[in-house]
Amino acid sequence: MTLSVDIRHRLGDFAVDVTFEAPPGLTVLFGRSGSGKSTVINAVAGLLRPEAGRITVDGQTLLDGASGVELPPHKRGLGYIFQEGRLFPHLSVRQNLKYGRWFRKRSRADVAEVVEMLGLGPLLDRRPGALSGGEKQRVAIGRALLSDPRLILADEPLAALDEARKAEILPYFERLRDEVSVPILYVSHSAAEVARLATTVVALEAGRVTGQGPAADILGDPMLTPLGARAAGAVLEARVARHHDDGLTELDAGGVALFVPRLAQMPGQPLRVRIAAQEVVLSRGAPEGLSALNVLPGRVERIRPGTGPGAIVSLATPAGTVLARITQRSAKMLDLAEGVSCYAVVKSVAIAPEDVGGPDGAA
Amino acid sequence: MGWLGPQEWEAVALSLKVSLWATLAALPLGIFVAHALARWSFPGKQFLNGIVHLPLILPPVVTGYLLLLSFGPQGPLGGLLQEMGIVLAFRWTGAALAAGVMGFPLMVRAIRLSIESVDPKLEQAAATLGASRAWVFATVTLPLILPGIIAGAILGFAKAMGEFGATITFVSNIPGETRTVPSAIYAFLQVPGGEESAMRLVVVSVIFAMGALLVSEWLARRAARRVVG
Repeated sequence: MTLSVDIRHRLGDFAVDVTFEAPPGLTVLFGRSGSGKSTVINAVAGLLRPEAGRITVDGQTLLDGASGVELPPHKRGLGYIFQEGRLFPHLSVRQNLKYGRWFRKRSRADVAEVVEMLGLGPLLDRRPGALSGGEKQRVAIGRALLSDPRLILADEPLAALDEARKAEILPYFERLRDEVSVPILYVSHSAAEVARLATTVVALEAGRVTGQGPAADILGDPMLTPLGARAAGAVLEARVARHHDDGLTELDAGGVALFVPRLAQMPGQPLRVRIAAQEVVLSRGAPEGLSALNVLPGRVERIRPGTGPGAIVSLATPAGTVLARITQRSAKMLDLAEGVSCYAVVKSVAIAPEDVGGPDGAA
Repeated sequence: MGWLGPQEWEAVALSLKVSLWATLAALPLGIFVAHALARWSFPGKQFLNGIVHLPLILPPVVTGYLLLLSFGPQGPLGGLLQEMGIVLAFRWTGAALAAGVMGFPLMVRAIRLSIESVDPKLEQAAATLGASRAWVFATVTLPLILPGIIAGAILGFAKAMGEFGATITFVSNIPGETRTVPSAIYAFLQVPGGEESAMRLVVVSVIFAMGALLVSEWLARRAARRVVG
């Protein structure tokens, strides 16, 4: 299945002109607030009518400004997970979950399976008013899934949750991506979510697509990353090597050992690690007497000066390309240039748990 | 109701019948109008709002006279209905029409407030899950505003029970046909020795009015709790 979007819309002074194709898997619409992400996802859902454009899912036209086709939201066959849950307060959790099935009778989704996957068993007879934020969001995911959608839409589903609740919900989206064959269009402004979840990233800025590609490409290129250098970072493929007694987990990234705070994953399990560019220190010589545990040898691929005093250095290492955000003065002092060998140094504690996640099955 | 005389009992029974029919007939239209005023934008919305509220502001005698002009035997609507076999003037059905019209603004206000307190985002969510507009209304909006509908119906019913000016102007004060409780109180006060009967009907009126107010306040509080979740 593919989703194809080509829309133009104007909201006061703000113009949205967005064209992209979402392949199977999880596609993240990535941009800061006000970049037009919500306009796009609401146009796909049919909650907003763009001034012009065309939206198709699997060849079926949901909207075509030219021929006047516009399917109402209830005929689009989508499952929408909203930021605020939007559970029906007068219905129990069970009734909320089954709501979509009243209207899509042929639903193949299995209630018991979804309840099990999202751990909703103990909540079924409760009212939404008696649920915590994270529980509400799990019910909202289940409700969307059980309406048997051909495409799941998620509009910043974690933005209203605190860090602990985010960590609780993120794995469910990973399972959704890896175990459910339904494609997902996911709106986010968080680089960590992009790194963990995205099969494909569509970067949006000021109502336009500035780049599209795998998470590693978009986050690894400060010119493409909508949040700029602060959000730039490398996404490395790694595998859990072993757990150590002192609370650290050792990862194997292309033969290089990476130490991160203890993970729940079993040894042998593949996963993705995001290393934010601003957490990386560069050293020309092999560093000694340093507290940082992670040292990756590499070779400078490229130096991109920013508009300010900073620069982003791409380093080719055995683990993959690592980005470092340093000052241009430091780059000069170290005589950094393309082809120069160099070491990237990363503190273990700089790799936050939200930066480490399961592998992307669809990628 | 042993302590009510036959004439008094007749007035109470007639008032209950008139008010019940007035409320039942006005309710579907009231829900529709309240929904239109709360959720739709259309040309003439303020005009419709004004028409709905007019009976609340106009002297009831004026409303009754306008009803007589339109629904009386010589009136345009009255003539039309007469051909269909429906006579309103000087009948209990006319009293029900007058009571319904007078209670309509209160009913619409209560229902409209409850519709406005329902988050449209919930209705959007229902639509994305496959519910057509009619189903969204039936499965999300209607259950959430049910306490408001009941409160509106009770207010309309109470207003209908107390309606006097428009009723007496439109359908006069005919014992057994259009002499509702307020008309009966008025009539008893016009004859010597009628004060006792009037007093008993006053007590009945106070009981109904207080009861209606208490029940509708209780429902409004319940509705607020429920929508908050």
